[in-house]
Amino acid sequence: MPDLLAARSQMAVSLAFHIVFAVIGIAMPLMMVLAERRWQVTGHAIYLDLAKRWAKGTAILFAVGAVSGTVLSFELGLLWPRFMEFAGPIIGMPFSLEGFAFFTEAIFLGIYLYGWDRISSRAHLWAGVAVAVSGAASGVFVVIANAWMNAPAGFELVNGQAVNVDPFAAMANAAAVSQTLHMTLAAYAATGFAVAGIHAFLLLRDPANAFHRRALEIALIVGAPAAVLQPISGDISARHIAAHQPVKLAAAEALFRTQGAAPLTLGGWPDVAARETRFAVEIPYALSLLAFHDPHAVVKGLDLVPESEWPNVPAVHLSFQVMVAVGTYLALVALWTGWLAWRRADLAHNRWFLRAIALATPLGFVAVEAGWMVTELGRQPWAIYGVLKTRDAVTPMPGLVVPFVTFTLLYCFLGVIVVWLLYRHIIRSPAVPEWRGFYMPGGGKRDAGGVA
Amino acid sequence: MSLADLLAGVIFVALNAYVVLGGADFGGGVWDLFALGPRKERQRELIAEAIGPVWEANHVWLILAIVVLFTCFPPAFARLGTLLHIPLSLVLIGIVLRGSAFTFWRYGADEEQRYWGVVFAIASLITPFLLGTTAGAIASGALGEGGGGDAFYTIYVAPWLSPFPLSVGLFALVAFAFLAAVYLTLEARERELQEDFRRRGLASGVGLFLAAVVALLLSLDGAPRVRDGLVFAAWALPLHLLTAAAAVTALAALWVRRWRVARAAAVTQVSLILWGWALSQYPYILPPDLSIAGAAAPAATLRLTLGALALGAAVLLPSLYYLLRVFKSSVRPT
Repeated sequence: MPDLLAARSQMAVSLAFHIVFAVIGIAMPLMMVLAERRWQVTGHAIYLDLAKRWAKGTAILFAVGAVSGTVLSFELGLLWPRFMEFAGPIIGMPFSLEGFAFFTEAIFLGIYLYGWDRISSRAHLWAGVAVAVSGAASGVFVVIANAWMNAPAGFELVNGQAVNVDPFAAMANAAAVSQTLHMTLAAYAATGFAVAGIHAFLLLRDPANAFHRRALEIALIVGAPAAVLQPISGDISARHIAAHQPVKLAAAEALFRTQGAAPLTLGGWPDVAARETRFAVEIPYALSLLAFHDPHAVVKGLDLVPESEWPNVPAVHLSFQVMVAVGTYLALVALWTGWLAWRRADLAHNRWFLRAIALATPLGFVAVEAGWMVTELGRQPWAIYGVLKTRDAVTPMPGLVVPFVTFTLLYCFLGVIVVWLLYRHIIRSPAVPEWRGFYMPGGGKRDAGGVA
Repeated sequence: MSLADLLAGVIFVALNAYVVLGGADFGGGVWDLFALGPRKERQRELIAEAIGPVWEANHVWLILAIVVLFTCFPPAFARLGTLLHIPLSLVLIGIVLRGSAFTFWRYGADEEQRYWGVVFAIASLITPFLLGTTAGAIASGALGEGGGGDAFYTIYVAPWLSPFPLSVGLFALVAFAFLAAVYLTLEARERELQEDFRRRGLASGVGLFLAAVVALLLSLDGAPRVRDGLVFAAWALPLHLLTAAAAVTALAALWVRRWRVARAAAVTQVSLILWGWALSQYPYILPPDLSIAGAAAPAATLRLTLGALALGAAVLLPSLYYLLRVFKSSVRPT
C-alpha cells in the first residue's frame, strides 16, 4: 500500500469513526435535557429514567468521541505535517475556540453525570443545557476549519508562502455558513432518527411499552424538524459549491461537459473513460435550476480542469446520490410525523409509521458518512482547494500502512464494544412492570395521574 | 518578553495543568494496577470515584496545548509529528484505551468489568511513560532538522529510544503516581484508605527522587542543554533549592498527615521541575535549532490566539472552579 493512500485511509477511518460520536455528542445532550425537563414538569419517573439512560449513553459516546478527537488533533501532525505547517496559523483559531467549547462540554458533562445529588435540580438542568450548547458550538468550530479547506480565505499566496494572514477572514470563508448549517442539522436529524428508529423497532414488538413511547416522542422532537429543514440547507450548500467549488459539484452530479440547461442525473454509474454516465435517469433543466435557480444557467462540468485534477468521480457521485436519497426519505418521514402529531394520532400503534421510522435507524448516519465522502473526496486531489495538493501535504515517514492497520483494528474493536454496551444499558426495556400497562393513546396528556 | 514567548508560556501552562491534573488521573490508574492488601477493592473504588467526574476535563489541557502549538508554532508541530510519529501514535493508542476502558469499566456489566479495569490500568502505566519519553526526546535536542541522516532507525527511532528520554518517561510515570497518591489521601473518607495512600505517597516520593537523579545523570551525556541549564544557569541554584524545599515539605507533610500541605507541596514540586525544563531550553521551542521566535506564526495569528485564549479563559475558569467545587470540596479530611 503506498504511503499516501495509507495516510489518507487512516485519516478517513479516524474521521468516519469520530464523526459518529461527534454527531451524537451534539444531539444526544439535547434529548437528555428535554427528558429531564419533562420529568421536572410532569414529575413522571419514566422521564427521569430516560434522562438518566441518555446521560449514560452520552457519557459512553462522549468519552469515545473525546479520545478519538484527540487522535485526530494529533494525526493532523502525524500524517499531514506540511498541511499543518501551512494551515496552522490561518485556521488554528477555530480549533482554539473548539478546544474551549469542548472543555466547557467536558466540565458540564462531568457535573451533569455525577451531580444528580450534589446540586439543585435547576442547576442540574442548566448544566445539561451547557453540555448541549457547547457540544453544538464545538461542532460548528471544527466544521468552519474544514470549510476553509474547501474555500480557503484569509491569506495571500506569495511564492508558496502564506502572507497577510487574517484568521478572522479565514473563519468567515465562503463555505462556512452553508457547511456548518448542513452539518449541525445533520447531527440532530441523524441522532434523532437513530434513537427514534430503535424505539420504534421495540414498539413494534411491544406497543404497550410506555418507556419506548416516550423515548420515541422526544427523539422525534429533536430529529424531525432538522430533517425537514435539511433539504433547504442542502440547497444552500449546492448553490455554494456550484459557485465556488464547481469541480466538486460536477463530480457529485457526474457532469462531464460544461453546459447550459443542465439536466439532473439520478443514479447511474459514471464511466470516466467514456465521459458519460450509464443507466442514469436525467431530469431536464433540473441541475441548472437547483444550482443557480435558473433553468438555462450554465453549469460547469469536469472539463473545466484536466483529468489529473479530477476527484474519484464514481465515488463522489455515488456518495452524493446516497446522501440525497436518504435526506429525502428522512424529510418525508419527518413530514409524516408532523402530520400525525398535528392530527394527534397515536404513533405507537401506527405500524407502518413505526416501520418507516425503524428503517431510518442507520440511514441518518449513512447520509452523514456519505456527505463527508462528497465533501472530502470531492475536493481531491487538493487538501486545500487550489492551494495545496494532498500528496504534497503527507508526512515523509515511511511504512504508514502499519499505523493505518493498527488504528483501524483499534476502532473496529471499540465500535463493537460501544454498540454492545449501548444495547445492554441504554436501549433494553427497563424492568419496571408498572410501566408496561402505562400507555395513553392521547399523546401523553394524561401524564399527571401516572405512576410515580 | 515577546508575544511569541508569551504564547509558548501559555502552552507550558497548559502542559503544567495537564501534568498536575490529568497526570494524576493516569497515576490513579497506576495505583489501580498496584491495588494491594485487604482494602484492594475499596482502593479501586476510591480511584474511580476520584477520576470519574474530572478526567475528561483534565484531558482537554493536552488538546489545548496541542492546538496552541499548531496554531502559533506550526513548524514545531510539523517536526514533532514527523520525527516522533511512533511514540506519539503509541501515546494515542494509550489515550484511547485508557479513556474508553475507564468508561466501559464504569458502565459495563459486572462480569466483564475487571477486564476493563485491567486495560485501564495498563494503559495508565504505558501512556505516561511514553509521554515522558517524548518530552525527554524534545529536551535532549535530538530533533534537529536533517540531523538524523537517512536511515529509518536514526531518524524515527533513535531520538526517543535512548537512555535519557526513557529515563524521563520513567520519571513522568513516577511523578504522576506520586501526585495521585497524595491527592487520594485527601479524597479518602476512611482512615485506613488514607493510610494506604500515605504509604504509597511516601514510597513514590522517594522513588521520584531516585528517578530524578537517574535522569539528571543521564542528561550529562544525553541532553546537554538541560544539563547546562540545570547546572550552570544563574537561576539554577534558586530553582533547585525551591524544588528541594517543596519535595521535602511534601514528604514531611505526608509523614505528619498534613494532607493539604502535602498536596500543595507536591504540585509545587512537580511544576517547578517542569518549569526548570522550560527555562533550560529557552529560547528554543524545539532544540537544538528551532527557536520560539523562528517557529512563530505571523503576529496577527498570535494576537488573535491570545484574544481567543482570554475569551476562552473567561468561560472556562469559572466553569472549572464550579466543577472542582462541586466534586472536590465535599471531602473533609481529618
